[in-house]
Amino acid sequence: MSSYVPWLIFLIPLGSFIVISLLLRPFFKQHPRVSGYVTICSIGISCLLSFWVLKEVIATPEHRIAIPDVQWLLIGNLNVHIGLIVDSLSAVMVVVVSLVSLLIQVYSQGYMHGDPGYHRYFAFMSLFTACMLGLVLADNLVFLFLFWEGVGLGSYLLIGFWFHRPSAANAAKKAFIVTRFGDFGFLAAILFLFYHTGTFDIEELHAIAIAGSLAGTVLTWAALGIFMGAVGKSAQFPLHVWLPDAMEGPTPVSALIHAATMVAAGVFLVARLFPLFEHSHVALTTVAVIGGFTAIFAASMGLVMTDIKRVLAYSTISQLGYMMLGLGTGGIALGIFHLFNHAFFKALLFLGAGSVNHATGTFDMREMGGLRRVMPWTYITFVVASLSLAGIWPLSGFWSKDEILASALEGNTVLFYLALVTVFMTAFYMFRAVFLTFHGEYRGGSSAGDGGHGGKPHESPAVMVVPMVILGILSVVSGWLNVTGAFDGFLGHATASGGHGFVQGLFGVLSHPLALVSLMVAGLGILLAYAMYDRRWISAETVGRMFRPVYTMLYRKYWFDELYERVIVVRFLVDGVFAVFARFDAQFIDGAVNGVASGVSSAGAAVRRAHTGQLQVYGITMAAGIIAIAVCFYLFS
Amino acid sequence: MSFNFILSAIVFLPVIGAVVIALLPRLHPKSVRFVALLFTLVAFALSLAVFYQFDRSLDAIGRMQFEEKVLWVPAINAHYHLGVDGLSLPMVILMTFLGVLAVLVSWRVELRPREYFAWLLFLETSILGVFCSLDLILFFLFWELELIPMYFLISIWGSGRKEYSAIKYVIYTLAGSAFMLAGILTLYFATGTLSIVELTGVLNVKPVIPLAAMFFLLFIGFAVKLPVFPLHTWLPDAHTDAPTAASVILAGALLKMGGYGMIRVCVSIFPGIALQYAQLMVALAVVNVLYGAGVTLRQKDLKRLIAYSSVSHMGYVLLGIFALSQVSLVGATLQMFSHGIVTGLLFAMVGLVYEKSHERNLDNLGGLARQMPVIAVVFTIAGLASLGLPGTSGFAAEFITFVGSFSSSAVKWIQIYTILGVFGVVLTAGYILWMLQRVFYGPPQEKFDGVPDADTVDKVCIFTFVVAIMLVGLYPAILTNVIRMGVEPLIILLGL
Repeated sequence: MSSYVPWLIFLIPLGSFIVISLLLRPFFKQHPRVSGYVTICSIGISCLLSFWVLKEVIATPEHRIAIPDVQWLLIGNLNVHIGLIVDSLSAVMVVVVSLVSLLIQVYSQGYMHGDPGYHRYFAFMSLFTACMLGLVLADNLVFLFLFWEGVGLGSYLLIGFWFHRPSAANAAKKAFIVTRFGDFGFLAAILFLFYHTGTFDIEELHAIAIAGSLAGTVLTWAALGIFMGAVGKSAQFPLHVWLPDAMEGPTPVSALIHAATMVAAGVFLVARLFPLFEHSHVALTTVAVIGGFTAIFAASMGLVMTDIKRVLAYSTISQLGYMMLGLGTGGIALGIFHLFNHAFFKALLFLGAGSVNHATGTFDMREMGGLRRVMPWTYITFVVASLSLAGIWPLSGFWSKDEILASALEGNTVLFYLALVTVFMTAFYMFRAVFLTFHGEYRGGSSAGDGGHGGKPHESPAVMVVPMVILGILSVVSGWLNVTGAFDGFLGHATASGGHGFVQGLFGVLSHPLALVSLMVAGLGILLAYAMYDRRWISAETVGRMFRPVYTMLYRKYWFDELYERVIVVRFLVDGVFAVFARFDAQFIDGAVNGVASGVSSAGAAVRRAHTGQLQVYGITMAAGIIAIAVCFYLFS
Repeated sequence: MSFNFILSAIVFLPVIGAVVIALLPRLHPKSVRFVALLFTLVAFALSLAVFYQFDRSLDAIGRMQFEEKVLWVPAINAHYHLGVDGLSLPMVILMTFLGVLAVLVSWRVELRPREYFAWLLFLETSILGVFCSLDLILFFLFWELELIPMYFLISIWGSGRKEYSAIKYVIYTLAGSAFMLAGILTLYFATGTLSIVELTGVLNVKPVIPLAAMFFLLFIGFAVKLPVFPLHTWLPDAHTDAPTAASVILAGALLKMGGYGMIRVCVSIFPGIALQYAQLMVALAVVNVLYGAGVTLRQKDLKRLIAYSSVSHMGYVLLGIFALSQVSLVGATLQMFSHGIVTGLLFAMVGLVYEKSHERNLDNLGGLARQMPVIAVVFTIAGLASLGLPGTSGFAAEFITFVGSFSSSAVKWIQIYTILGVFGVVLTAGYILWMLQRVFYGPPQEKFDGVPDADTVDKVCIFTFVVAIMLVGLYPAILTNVIRMGVEPLIILLGL
């Protein structure tokens, strides 16, 4: 394989960003569609190259292709090379990222049609995708960090795409600053690792961790620092607060952020540096516990949200928690397999929400209802994705979720039960959304939606529906890749399920008690949602009233936004410590400076009185001085 | 050898331009700026020629290049002695680069343009002189000369409390310089030489006063300039009230005289003392970073906000210098260069926003991205560089500084100080993004309808800045390969 092909995977979308921002936007302002085509072509080529790279990696026995790297910086012992890792992990990731991004770009043409920022939108989308592709390919921590922050920049620009809305500008800023807080830990870990190992190279770090020459507390601290970065990017507790607000961006952006880029980066990072975690029990347990807790914590908030995108946002946080749980208890393959499946159905759910918004002009489920009749394609694909997310056999979500549950049961019983309750919640909130949105009667719609859509509900154009259908098919079949254990095996994880045929694996799983239990729990969740929101056998309002304090707590998101923004940032820092600093600066330090100045001038004023201009006074003073000196001289000599 | 005078040419070309402008009364006020541009451009081109010709081979390490040495005052053995090495060359390029852009920034100055450009060019010469001098008296002379043009630039073309700020700036710096002069004199009486090259690393004579006292006398002079907490309060006033071009040069090049002086004089001549007091300096650096960022977050005036952010960013320079490792010293020098172009651009952008909208108060700004899209984009890029986004010079410089400091073996507990410093990047993201949001985002305001965006001259100027920021960010080795030539001998002196 030519060694420059993997470089092209992220350089082509980067080129698209440069072409659009330097050429198309300034000089072809009247032809916005061109930007869309350029973006789709470039990401399409990336996608083809990604598949080709994947094929090559599968064909190589050790699932790894060496790419020569180049020197970037050399100062003393600081020697930074930049290069790429092409192995099973990065090959799978580039395929997911480029494929999902491609479908979202196609869809965006319809969704963003007529938006004045069309050029800008596709430029940012190209940049965002390029950075994510670079991130998964980077072979050392510095190079990875470059893209890591690039992804953060992309999300900042896209969440704040409609910057004239204060809410969007706030959400963008919040996303960047919260994730940067995590990045602080990541950066510290990079420095720490370099201090102890003298290298940034990921494969060298793997070797060092495996050889055991980096162990104990040092390794634990390094792994925890890296995990802090992952917690920020993947919106895990306690840095989860930015993701629900990130829906202020255009919906296809949310689809991309939630599915393939940005939040996936955190999970990927842990997987990429997994040998470091593997050799630290504390770090691995932390990953599992944070993941398991986040899964149920976020799902609980998803139960009560009325905004369809917020429901999906909490579901993402919860599913990312699952991935972390999978990584923490079972290894790379489990987490990445769920990431892989999740990418398709979550992208589809957001595109579905976008399609609904395109039709109704709102994201508030209370103003929707009955849309299944006017939007059959959206309805069907949305239901398929919801079933997949709920983990219903034989859709993709079932397979990865089941694996994670199994490994959690082996690892930690408490985490297993948390995960099982989350299965119930997930099924419930997803079908609550399905029933509220598509069943019952249409409850009006607002005319002022994003991008100025609205009016009478209608099915979206083909350019939006086709990507949804493709994602719908993927949401069904992507999980089958591991029916025979092939996916796990490819990622270096031998499983018990390996060794049997496809059909046997597909149906045989139904004889496992765990699978039946999880299916039953998910089914109960769907049933309850059906009872409450479709049939209305149980009144949701009554339930809400019965559990008023719980409901309020969930609806207010456990008051984390208030705690972080009002209490910590505003009260404690800006109006507290920093206000003291500012006052200290103005009054004490600068006051001292001005005090010295005025002290000198008043001293001058005092001394000036001595200069009376009378010669007699001067003469007497001089004589007194001479006498004084003479006396001193006499006394001390 | 024609090349023998290239440094003199670079240093004195701007002031010759100033004389030309002053002596040609017939010159149309509009042509003055072209004369200024021409002279600064030639100086910049010559400095690039020096950069190109600079010997980067191993045996050039620790050697001054393009040296010029003439006996100047025989009575005190003072020489007219210029030269550059890896430390000073980036600073020279920074200054000549900013010199060109400062002229472009001032393109629309209407008030007494002849005097204005003459002072601006004079200022450039004095700063270049500091960076090229290898004789302490010459160094001090240029150091003090810089005050004169800056005083006039602030007090005549400034805004707000400009007289107060100008005087404060001069007196503050003079107070620092008084200590510095005392330090230089004690050095001279102890050794009988004023040559920085001769003094470097060979200070084993019995001094008049303790070495540490000499070190601190000199350090205070530089600390005022950098500035180091608590000697920083002149900075926000001077930066805020200075005209845009003067702010660009103040933040861009003038502060670097402090950092450069610390390395060139304090660390080079007193390596042992520097090691001994490194802990204190590094602690001060962290205070600079965090305290500076905290105060920045409280600012309501756009220009003052950028000014305070410099205090925070200069903390990284101090950290890198006194972490005293090879990598950290390279990082500190690169951070000086990077901060020069990034903050230079930030001040240029603030100047543009103010010039177009006549508003600098963050409470009254907002929604300008619609009315001035180009300014919004470039301001955002400058902001991102300031908060250290990878791909910009800010990241390269801060990252190298952090790596160098964290792995330094010279200072105890340096890891903790470095991590505290790294936390500054979170606060920086906070104030930069908050500022961008307050100025550019939100609904467009009617009162700003019809305000113009950047014109062609502005665009040339600000895009040049952006190119420089990206170039250094994506390929920092272009500078670090030169800088390490100057740092290497220091590491040998430090015995690390």
